[in-house]
Order: sequence, then structure tokens, then C-alpha cells
Amino acid sequence: MNTESNTQPVIEARQLDLVFQTNDGPVQALRDVNLTVNKGDFVSFIGPSGCGKTTFLRCVAALETPTGGSLSVNGMTPDEARRNRAYGYVFQAAGLYPWRTIAKNIKLPLEIMGYSRDEQEERVRKVLELVDLKGFGEKFPWQLSGGMQQRASIARALAFDADILLMDEPFGALDEIVRDHLNEQLLALWARTEKTIGFVTHSIPEAVYLSTKIVVMSPRPGRITDVIDSPLPKERPLDIRDTPEFIEVAHRVREGLRAGHLDD
Amino acid sequence: MKQVLAVLAVVAAIVAIWYAACIPMNIKGVLTEVERAGAEVVPAGAKERRDMNEFALAARNSFAIPATWAQDRPRLPAPHQVVAELWETTVKKKITSKRSLVYHGWVTLSATILGFAIGTGLGILLAVGIVHSRVMDMSVMPWAIVSQTIPIIALAPMIIVVLYSVGVQGIIPKAVISAYLSFFPVVVGMVKGLRSPDMMQLDLLRTYNATNAQRFWKLRLPASMPYLFASLKIGIAASLVGAIVGELPTGAVAGLGARLLAGSYYGQTVQIWSALFAAAILAACLVGLLGLIERVVLKRMGMAQ
Repeated sequence: MNTESNTQPVIEARQLDLVFQTNDGPVQALRDVNLTVNKGDFVSFIGPSGCGKTTFLRCVAALETPTGGSLSVNGMTPDEARRNRAYGYVFQAAGLYPWRTIAKNIKLPLEIMGYSRDEQEERVRKVLELVDLKGFGEKFPWQLSGGMQQRASIARALAFDADILLMDEPFGALDEIVRDHLNEQLLALWARTEKTIGFVTHSIPEAVYLSTKIVVMSPRPGRITDVIDSPLPKERPLDIRDTPEFIEVAHRVREGLRAGHLDD
Repeated sequence: MKQVLAVLAVVAAIVAIWYAACIPMNIKGVLTEVERAGAEVVPAGAKERRDMNEFALAARNSFAIPATWAQDRPRLPAPHQVVAELWETTVKKKITSKRSLVYHGWVTLSATILGFAIGTGLGILLAVGIVHSRVMDMSVMPWAIVSQTIPIIALAPMIIVVLYSVGVQGIIPKAVISAYLSFFPVVVGMVKGLRSPDMMQLDLLRTYNATNAQRFWKLRLPASMPYLFASLKIGIAASLVGAIVGELPTGAVAGLGARLLAGSYYGQTVQIWSALFAAAILAACLVGLLGLIERVVLKRMGMAQ
């Protein structure tokens, strides 16, 4: 990596538009989205369903193609970035293969990308430790709880050293207590790996607790209504959520969400 | 224990109904026989009895009822007669004998297995093509469905005649008919199975920039395994039917189908029924064997809990 790319934004969207052609006519999923994400940012996308937060993440991952504007990932087009395996993607469901053990599930991207066997073993060991699943490598997915499965899917996304991690409501299906725990672990992991993280959620506390930058979006058409740079420190114990600063940011997010709805 | 009792109760009910059915089915024949042997029958004379109700006849000549379960050539043989014939022609006959059901069963089984192998291979290949090519999906699938709407009993003689005219005979024509019946469930099941991975799993592989081949071997094929086994169980039973049907039109000299045919030529109902049961038992064993393989494979894959 040259020095230039360190100063370059990791994700840069300019006047991004995406119109889906459906049977009921065109649907504007994203309109005039402008966003810059720098290296090491933890960016949350929050908004009601239909606001395009997942769609934006999928555009970054080149799983959707924007119909207007420009979008660059690591200075490349999203599709080039995908082919360069620039990011790991964590979906809403863990989506582990039931016929593979946890270790073999994590090896899946490594096999596809042609890592050597020794390298695969080494990386699986490393990421299992990273997500606190040491000793569970030989278990099958159904033998693990939902939270552990989602951690395994994060490990799978981390295994191949992409410096961007895109997460689409990864903890949406989990209960509050497990979610708190995983949020704490995710922050620790982010601090250790210094990855750039894009995180879709519809939980205000989750967004505020995790992010350095919160992108508030609103639907019909999907657009950004507010971008908040969090004043919270990088070190965040769970009880930071009771501090005035935290409540202040949460309040601003809520205001942003409400403003988006007033237009309807 | 309760389940065993339930199963036994059902079996007992079937056997009881069967025995009961033998009485009206066989009573007229029995009465003719015993009258000829000198017994007194009411009313006398086969002609008199021809249009009479079978139940009334049985009631008025109740002494003849046990004989309805012991005729040489009954219309409906009793269960113990079929069991005795099965025992006689499987365990007691040498398996090289032309009257051994094991010998006939093997003839049919070998055609079944060959046909099943061809049908399964063809079915999987077609399914792979259908899943990966829209053109094949639109052009092959309708023909596969149409192929199964033609009664096999009408098609089988033509397959045999056509193959014979190009010099193919013996086990191959029967196997072709078997394959014709068994490829279809495999195609349907495998298409469903290969398409079973959801969008999310396909997207995941896309984020890894996986090739089509990797997507097939690492995702689609393993995901289709449970579907494949369900299809194979239907396919093997269909294969057996195909092999038996393939033995009928040629007047084949060996095989369960040949036994059925010979039995009907000579009015040997006991022989027909025992061949039928042999076929059913064979099919049950084959399906059971596949079920066992399924359990082992899915367990090793971690898909059975």
C-alpha cells in the first residue's frame, strides 16, 4: 500500500443514485448520497426499513450497481474492490454451511482464495481466538447458540485480512443481552484490528455505542439526513451509555430520524 | 412398545381381511371341486350356483369354507399359501434353479441397478444443466415432464423392439426402461436441491469472488444432498417397476416380470402373488438400503442431528 492510499478515503460516495425497476414502476432506493469514510472509521447506518441503509452497503460490496453518481472503495470501483477481496461481509443471518464444521466454515473463503493448508489452519486458529470461539472449531453450526454462530460468521469475514468489514444488521436477530456482549466484543476487535467498519442497524443505542460516525437515513427516497461525528472516546465501557454525552448523541440521532419522517 | 403393537394390529387387520376375502372369492370354485368329489352341496350343480351371491353360498355350505384357503389354483390365494410358496421358491430351491425366486429376483435386480445407475447419472447431469442454463431449463424440463405422462406399459415394447432391431438385447433394454422411469425424480429433486441455497449464501460467495465451479462444488452440490436422497428412494422403486415392466412384453424367460407373466398364462395365482410379494420385498430392501446410506452420509456431513 502506498502512502497516498492512507490519506485517501476508504469509501467515497458522490451524488450516488440507485433506482430499482420494479413491476410497480421505478423505486428510488438511494438519492444523492454523499459520504466519505476514512480509514479506521466505525460507521453506522441507521434508519427505518426502506431507507436504503442495506442497499448502500450492498452498493459498496458491489452486490448492487448504482444507477448514478460515483462510488469508490479503496480508490477502486466497488466491483474491482470486490475482485480484490477488499472487504469481508457479515449478513443478517450467520449463514454458516450446516455441512461444515465451524473451522471449515471459516476456511471456506480461504479455500476459494487459494490459501495453503498450513496458512488456512493458522488463520482459523487466529480468528477463532479473536471472536472468542477457541475450542469450537470442530463443532457443527447447529451445536452453537445464535450468538456464537454470528461470531463464527464474523470470524469467517475476518479470516482473509480484508481491511474493510461490512456488517448488515449482524445482531438484529439476537436478544438484548447477547447483543450487548457482542457489541462490546466487536469494539474490542475493531480496536485490535484497526479495520474500517460499515455497520447497518436500526437500534439507536447500538449505533451510538459502536460508532465514530453515525449516518442517519430516511426512506422514500432513501437518503442521508444527518451525519454525526461521535464525540465519545474510543475506549467505551458498556456504562458509557448512561453518560450525558451518550444521551446527547442518541438524542441527535432520534431527532434526525424524526426529521426524516416529517417529510412524509 | 406401543408403536410395535400398533404396527402389529395393522398387519393383523390386513391379514384378517385377506383371509375373509378368500371365502367369497374362492367359494364357487371350491364348491364345484367338492361336488365333483362327491360331497353334498346346496344348491347342487355349478350352473345353479353361477349367479348366486357368494356370501349366501358360503353361509349355506359352511363346511367348505376351510377349503377356500387351500385350493391349488385359487382366484385369491390365502396368505399362508403365498408365504409357503415364497419359502418354497426362495429358501428351499437351489438359487440356480429356474424356479427359484432368488434367481428371478437377481435377474430383475441386476437390470434395476444398472437402470438406476444410468437414470441417476442422467438425472444429475440434466439437473446441473437445467440449473446453470436458462435455455436448458426452458427446453429440457417440459420434455422431462412429458416423458413421464406416457404410460410405460405402452412405451416399453417399442423401446425393446427398437433396441432389438439395432442389435441390443438382454439386460440393456430393461435397464433403459428402468432408467427412463428413474431419471425423472432425480432431475426434479436435484434441480430443487441445487437451487436450495438462498440469495444470501450466493451473495456471500460473490463477495469472495468465487468462480462458478467453486459455487457448484462448495455450495450447490452439498446443499442438494438431502434432496438427492429423497429422489433416489423414489427413483429406485421406479427402477424396479421399470425392470419388471421391461420383462413383460418380450415374454422374457427370467425375472420377476417373467414369473408374473408365466403365472398368469397357467392360472398359477399363488405364483403371481409370491412374485408380487418378492418384488415388493425387494423394493422395500432397496429403499431401506438407500435410507441407511442416507443416514450415514448426512451424519458424516453433519447434516443429521
